[in-house]
Amino acid sequence: MEKFIDVVDLEFNYEEADSGCKINILDGVNLEIKKGEFLTILGHNGSGKSTLAKHLNAMLTPTAGDVFVRGVNTKDSSRVYDIRSTVGLVFQNPDNQIVASIVEDDVAFGPENLGIAPEEIRARVDGALHAVDMYDFRKEAIYNLSGGQKQRVAIAGIIAMRPLCLVLDEPTAMLDPFGRDEVMRVIKKLNKECGITIVLITHYMDEATDSDRIVVMSEGKIVRIGAPLSIFSDVDFLKKCQLSIPQSVELLQKLKSHGVRIPSFALNEDECVDVLAQYFSHR
Amino acid sequence: MSQIEVKDLTYVYSTGAGTPKRALNCINLTIKKGEFIGLIGPTGSGKSTFAKQLNALLKPTSGAVLLDGVDIWRNSQTNPEFARGVRFKVGLVFQYPEYQLFEDTIYNDIAFGPKNMGLCDADVKEKVLAACKFVNLDLNLLQKSPFNLSGGEKRKVAIAGVLSMDPEVLVLDEPTVGLDPCARESLLEQLYRYHKEKDKTIILISHRMEDIAKYSDRVIVLSNGNLVMFDSAGNVFGCDKILNEAGLKVPQICSIMTKLKAGAIPDLNDKVLTVDGAVTELLKFV
Repeated sequence: MEKFIDVVDLEFNYEEADSGCKINILDGVNLEIKKGEFLTILGHNGSGKSTLAKHLNAMLTPTAGDVFVRGVNTKDSSRVYDIRSTVGLVFQNPDNQIVASIVEDDVAFGPENLGIAPEEIRARVDGALHAVDMYDFRKEAIYNLSGGQKQRVAIAGIIAMRPLCLVLDEPTAMLDPFGRDEVMRVIKKLNKECGITIVLITHYMDEATDSDRIVVMSEGKIVRIGAPLSIFSDVDFLKKCQLSIPQSVELLQKLKSHGVRIPSFALNEDECVDVLAQYFSHR
Repeated sequence: MSQIEVKDLTYVYSTGAGTPKRALNCINLTIKKGEFIGLIGPTGSGKSTFAKQLNALLKPTSGAVLLDGVDIWRNSQTNPEFARGVRFKVGLVFQYPEYQLFEDTIYNDIAFGPKNMGLCDADVKEKVLAACKFVNLDLNLLQKSPFNLSGGEKRKVAIAGVLSMDPEVLVLDEPTVGLDPCARESLLEQLYRYHKEKDKTIILISHRMEDIAKYSDRVIVLSNGNLVMFDSAGNVFGCDKILNEAGLKVPQICSIMTKLKAGAIPDLNDKVLTVDGAVTELLKFV
């Protein structure tokens, strides 16, 4: 079977203008992204997360090594449009990626540029707005929307191009708690119900707990790949990578270190409450 | 005496079309010298507008902001020197402050504020070095261009540029957005140390409820331009219903404790703000 996205020995560096020093941003990254999975990338500032993300749809091409999207090498400049219609990118600040002043016009911008027939565009715009729960706002002016709503419109603009994979670079960093919840709910829905592959970059550890796999990056390298449970159970390792753990996980860890014999492990808030409730009600 | 007194503060601006927007609606509150204040509210609740009112960057539509008993906007209008003084006393760190770096070297960028205060070169240097120490900036970098730094380091330089003026009140608008967990924690620890060691007032705007809960003495809650609550962190985060109505949430640890008290451990004291606090309370039942 053809691999979905395959990153092979990826290196990316540039020469610093004044000193001529070579700066390695990515230093031998190997990663296979499976179709339909929910993958989270964690890493400290400057670890290379965003640079890796930009390689996934040929915004950047490798200095050495290769990136293949459904078998197509991103270095093949004649296939850039195929690659970008397969992998869509969403950035941190929705204001930087919204181009129109009315919600539905903005969502239509992508498909219009793909040269799609008007009826089909209408159908795609409506579908994309339904997918992010913004259909009722389709005639609204962008400036009347909250941050979370704007970010969902930005995601709809990508979805309307029917990508198979969505790469999101800190999509919730600027949002308030409810805006964050809205966007995370939509991302999970797109993954579970529409089968869209998700690559999420985040500094919010609790957003990573529901993903299939977590990739931890440090100093331009992938230092670990694993399920959330195994990643978050190694606190020392995360500290070394300048990361942290969700409060729910921290609470259980600290209770255990005080000798409380909690039988199982939990990742999110509800699991944590269940584990503790069970432990304390047996006493 | 209160250091900052906000009296009936209202700010209305025109959106260009339709009805004008009331960004702040008759806010009344006082802040004492040396307090660590958390300022929370959903997007569009008026947090950043409020911050800009605190050093006379915006003109109140009605009402006033008093600094040490003096109306800052009215006096700034008649006396430009007074306005300068207000800006030195109340340091404002905007969102994404690293976009405001402009000098050729890091040293010059941080020195810009103290130079404009009219300090001599030796004093300027002392202020710059002290500010660097507070944000933990590598002194070997000082003669380099700020534009070659990573995002997190640039943020430190920008904050040092405000700290170097040694403001009595430091207002920070979401200073940790985009920082990784370690950089975030170390920045907050540095601010807390600045606040404690120098008895400075800090007003921290953030969407990270766990950070607000951990550091704040008192918390201001804004929603739709209205002051919803202004109380101790413990009391504010004990009111999850009011916070939810305002479009906010309690930190995860508070929510876990509330659920445990409602279910398995009715006698639990759920009024905690940090994971360590929760551990202490839970251990009483082991």
